[in-house]
Amino acid sequence: MSDERRWIGRSAPRTEDGRLLTGNALFVDDVDLSGTLHVSFVRSDLPSAYVRGIDPSAAHAHPGVAAVYLAEDLGDLCRPGPVLVPPPPIAGAEFHARTPLPLARDVVRYQGEPLAIVVARDRYVAEDAAALIDVDLEPRDAVVDLATALDEDAPRVHDDLESNQAAYVRQTKGDYERARAEADAVIARRFRYDRGVAAAIENRGIVAAWDPRADRLRVWDTTQAPIPIRAALAGALGLSEAQVRVIAPFIGGGFGPKIMFYGEEILIPWIAMQLGRPIKWIEDRYENFFATTQEREQIHDAELAVAGDGRILGVRDRFLHDTGAYDPYGLTVPINSQCTLLGPYRVPAYESEFRVAFTNKPIVTPVRGAGRQHGVFVMERLLDMAARELGLDRVDIRTINLLDPDEFPHDHEILYQDSAPLTYDSGDYRPVLDEAVRLSGYAEFERDRARAAADGKRIGLGIVSYVEGTGIGPYEGARITVEPTGAVRASTGVGTQGQGHFTAFAQVVADAIGVDPSEVRVVTGDTSEFHWGTGTFASRGAVVAGNAFHAAAEAVREKILTHASAALEVARDDLELVDGRARVRGAPDVSVGLGELAARANPLRGAVVPGTEPGLEATSYFGPERGSTANGVHAVVVEVDPDTAMVTILRYVVVHDCGTVINPMIVEGQIHGGVALGIGNAFFEELVFDELGGMSNASFMDYLLPTATDVPPIETAHRETPSPLNPLGTKGVGEAGAIPVAAAFAQAVEDALRDVAPELEILEMPLSPGRLFELLRETRDPARAPGDAT
Amino acid sequence: MKPAPFEYAAPTTLDEALSVLSRGDGDARPLAGGQSLVPMLNFRLGGPATLVDLNAIEELAFIEPTADGGLRIGAMTRQVALERDPSVRRAAPLLAEAAPSIAHAQIRTRGTVGGSLAHADPAAELPAVLLALGARVRIARRPRDGESDGRVERSLPLEDLYLGPFFTALEPDELLVEIAVPGLRPGEGTAFEELARRSGDYAIVGAAARVWLRADGACEEAAVSLINAGPTPCLLEDAAATLRGVSPTPERIEEAAVAAAEACEPAADMHGSEAYRRHLARLLTTRVLLRAVGRARERVA
Amino acid sequence: MNEVPVTARINGEEWSGRVEPRLLLSDFLRGTLGLTGTHVGCEHGVCGACTVRFDGDPVRACLMFAVQIDGHVVETVEGLTPDIEGGVAAASDLHPIQRAFHEAHALQCGFCTPGILMTIAAFLETTPDPSEAEIRSALAGHLCRCTGYHNIVIAVRRAADLSRGDPTAVADEDTGP
Repeated sequence: MSDERRWIGRSAPRTEDGRLLTGNALFVDDVDLSGTLHVSFVRSDLPSAYVRGIDPSAAHAHPGVAAVYLAEDLGDLCRPGPVLVPPPPIAGAEFHARTPLPLARDVVRYQGEPLAIVVARDRYVAEDAAALIDVDLEPRDAVVDLATALDEDAPRVHDDLESNQAAYVRQTKGDYERARAEADAVIARRFRYDRGVAAAIENRGIVAAWDPRADRLRVWDTTQAPIPIRAALAGALGLSEAQVRVIAPFIGGGFGPKIMFYGEEILIPWIAMQLGRPIKWIEDRYENFFATTQEREQIHDAELAVAGDGRILGVRDRFLHDTGAYDPYGLTVPINSQCTLLGPYRVPAYESEFRVAFTNKPIVTPVRGAGRQHGVFVMERLLDMAARELGLDRVDIRTINLLDPDEFPHDHEILYQDSAPLTYDSGDYRPVLDEAVRLSGYAEFERDRARAAADGKRIGLGIVSYVEGTGIGPYEGARITVEPTGAVRASTGVGTQGQGHFTAFAQVVADAIGVDPSEVRVVTGDTSEFHWGTGTFASRGAVVAGNAFHAAAEAVREKILTHASAALEVARDDLELVDGRARVRGAPDVSVGLGELAARANPLRGAVVPGTEPGLEATSYFGPERGSTANGVHAVVVEVDPDTAMVTILRYVVVHDCGTVINPMIVEGQIHGGVALGIGNAFFEELVFDELGGMSNASFMDYLLPTATDVPPIETAHRETPSPLNPLGTKGVGEAGAIPVAAAFAQAVEDALRDVAPELEILEMPLSPGRLFELLRETRDPARAPGDAT
Repeated sequence: MKPAPFEYAAPTTLDEALSVLSRGDGDARPLAGGQSLVPMLNFRLGGPATLVDLNAIEELAFIEPTADGGLRIGAMTRQVALERDPSVRRAAPLLAEAAPSIAHAQIRTRGTVGGSLAHADPAAELPAVLLALGARVRIARRPRDGESDGRVERSLPLEDLYLGPFFTALEPDELLVEIAVPGLRPGEGTAFEELARRSGDYAIVGAAARVWLRADGACEEAAVSLINAGPTPCLLEDAAATLRGVSPTPERIEEAAVAAAEACEPAADMHGSEAYRRHLARLLTTRVLLRAVGRARERVA
Repeated sequence: MNEVPVTARINGEEWSGRVEPRLLLSDFLRGTLGLTGTHVGCEHGVCGACTVRFDGDPVRACLMFAVQIDGHVVETVEGLTPDIEGGVAAASDLHPIQRAFHEAHALQCGFCTPGILMTIAAFLETTPDPSEAEIRSALAGHLCRCTGYHNIVIAVRRAADLSRGDPTAVADEDTGP
């Protein structure tokens, strides 16, 4: 092991910032190859229709158009895409895989499904020609409302299925019926939790270039997973993987949907091969609302069986999940909801089943949080309502149910999204909650509330807990090379979308081999640099790739010590690695530079010791047996104006534990961004579909992302309970900030209005002021409540 | 999201611009600040054959105080000028108060006063504010067949400009060239407030008020306008009538607000139901009237 | 389509040429001039990623046509560091606002950052000593999906101090902001 952790744990400034700040970072749309042709897609305006005919002749004839393709022109390429994540092997589970064609052929199943491609000299001309394509669609009834999507008389999204049920999964633990019978109270509610688009500020994009002389394909892609894309491309195009280089350069935010494998990702390279010209497609914002996957609604009928002192005896949850028109990402999102609902709590009995419904809406796959939000919302709301019913304090009912440190590893007896048992590796939950109580001023809040009330203001506090299963397998790898100049090159297969990988990974390497992180040149997301791995998702980069870097760096360290020991003629144990040199402990003048050792390790003449490898280089892999479980508590203080139903967030506090922290500055940044996304989910963002399934707000004018005036300053505190499942002890943090925000927000809004509307229960998210106004009217005057209110 | 092709003209004088419009067979469209038009072009939601870019016409960008204490505002005056120009704060403080609520700073640097009025968006701030101020607009065109040479002009009260949602009395060959804003008189006060989801968004509902008090404290004249509470930018005459000739007590103001909420015609959308909007119309009308009356009293000398 | 002659001063250098009238300023800067630091996020004027300075004022490059810069002055993010020839900039080469963003970790994916820098460069000229509320209001015309704005607000404050030569505005990279 290395001498000490000099860099891990420090807020090292980011090495990637210089390029980003000066406009010199390469994003996909910045790739400018000579002779490039540009693509525009023709997409369905209707969410559900038969394709009766498409006439591209006017587009073909348009000046500047190089090619037009319909589904029928694609040959073998026009087959359903892969199921990227097969469902875990849960007994009795049902799963109907339906994945989209690259271009729709006979039926369109969601608005925005692609129908034709125009290739032209520039994007303007491509769009001109796309507008000339005559598409004859015959509308079909659309499945829009999730609550009725599985009804027998609902129209079918896929005609070959007996119903719109895409999947059914039931997982249980203990005996819920007994728990229910023994309970002092059973809290049962229906919850609706909706989400929206990831809205990375950079839309998706692909540039592909086929070099017929080298027989190679180069693809720049805004993907979170360049290596799986390479494998899929090679398979689809009949190439060897070695002929395909996929580069995920700087990516302008990912947040989940860029992990997908989209039809465009096959079509653009295929066209480049067909036409022998570089091809560029940059998704525009309007397309992004349909063509990029998103996350949406679940409806939960849940109940909590609880003892009089607040102890959880059991939970039963039955929920519906909207997967949209297809389900290429398997069951990741609803299984995350199912598993994350359990939170940091001791839950002796759990009975959970869900049904996944196909609807005529865009495809649902993970968006930062990936279904965990839904589960946390249900559990935390049930606890709030139980506390209210039993006359318990909101914090007390949580405290009493927290798992204790001696209960780890804690087996929840069900399977997680990665097919491994849902077993929490480590945690110390009580101090996290205590710290959040302290930082949020929970104990003094009644005083604050009274003061605010004296000014005519109504404020409320929400405080909730969550866990996040992070850092799942299967594995990632890393290669580290010390060059003869002394420069250190480090590469991995995961892509990076702003998480500070270049810096955090350099810190891990720096500690192992005694260099400054600024001297470690990290390359991510280029399959020519590293071509094993899966990608950036599930809050796993720092855990899985981070530990692969750690392993590779330790292996390089061993080589350095071996060569330095020979060069300096001292025992290995007497050496230390500092400032890019191997030097003798206590005699720092006796030293040798890493570059010189790298040259020695790669002799051009002479004999080599059998069994040795050239160079100061190592490649290592890390695959955890299962994911590590991070946890945290969020607290929020809001002011609600009961006259206008406007909510202002006054304070936001996050206390979290993601194990060993490599770079606190970066971790805090991840939390800040997650919280902002969560605030969007709670109060601003909502995809609105009309009764025919058309999206009504596909623009940034009408789909509201939170701005700097909507997100408060965010106070953070860390605790570190290392994971025993990896050498660095890291747990993921990428999604943590986003997960419990809506639950905290709902509790805080209720709390602020407790004197105005004591009966108000917030059972749905998002909650716009307009919707809060209606809820308040219903609460004050139950006659106004709609008949089917639950 | 790229605009379809169009012919482009960039006249440098008003007469030149009017000539291009008159030759346009109804399919030439003026391009003012472009902050609403260009997004529509980018979305390819309709596209004119010819864009007549007004941005190089210097004679249309001015703010000039008038002898009677009011303002003449050239149609191509940037919205940001309403924040920056001290004469606006003096003569029409309501404009200066409302201007920061128009979208974001990066929009106001390009967006124009005339462009906003001619766009006729019922959710926009400037039409409502200028309605409350009793502004008039000057409209110009080239002579049509049979008319004698020169420029043909007409002047309308702003309220007569609005015929329907995004639909005005402007003919295709006409250009809105100038806005005349009466100056704030002694005893006159104004106020503006809007409620938006985020700063810079179109309002869920907004309200502007102008109240002119006589020396005896009774209301000589009043105007209330609402944002996003009907198909067009609108004055709420019923609300104003409630106050005229009486002392604007809180009870009277509440009556006026109820009248405004009843008379307005808000539509439901994703940001709020009709009931929510009426509720806000009443609330905001009350707030702006109370504030306007307070300011008016300070100015009763 | 008829191209139109344009002469403009861009990042301090005069450019003359002909452009198609419908070419958006954002596409002109990126495609014609290769100034790819100006990013395109929505093309309807909301996200702010394409913000550049036009005669000193921040504007949305996606809501202007390239022909409209004729006779005017445009500055893009590349203009903040005129002496850097591509590649990696050392912290000392950065403009004070860029330096503050680096030190405060005010960027993650960095896609929205160039537009924000251009707004803030103009903002600090008129508001050299801004309050937090003023900073947040100035930022409200930009969407950032990564940072939650927290560190951007801190960075703008620090940039104001750096620009005014406040000696207490030193980087403290270990404790963060």
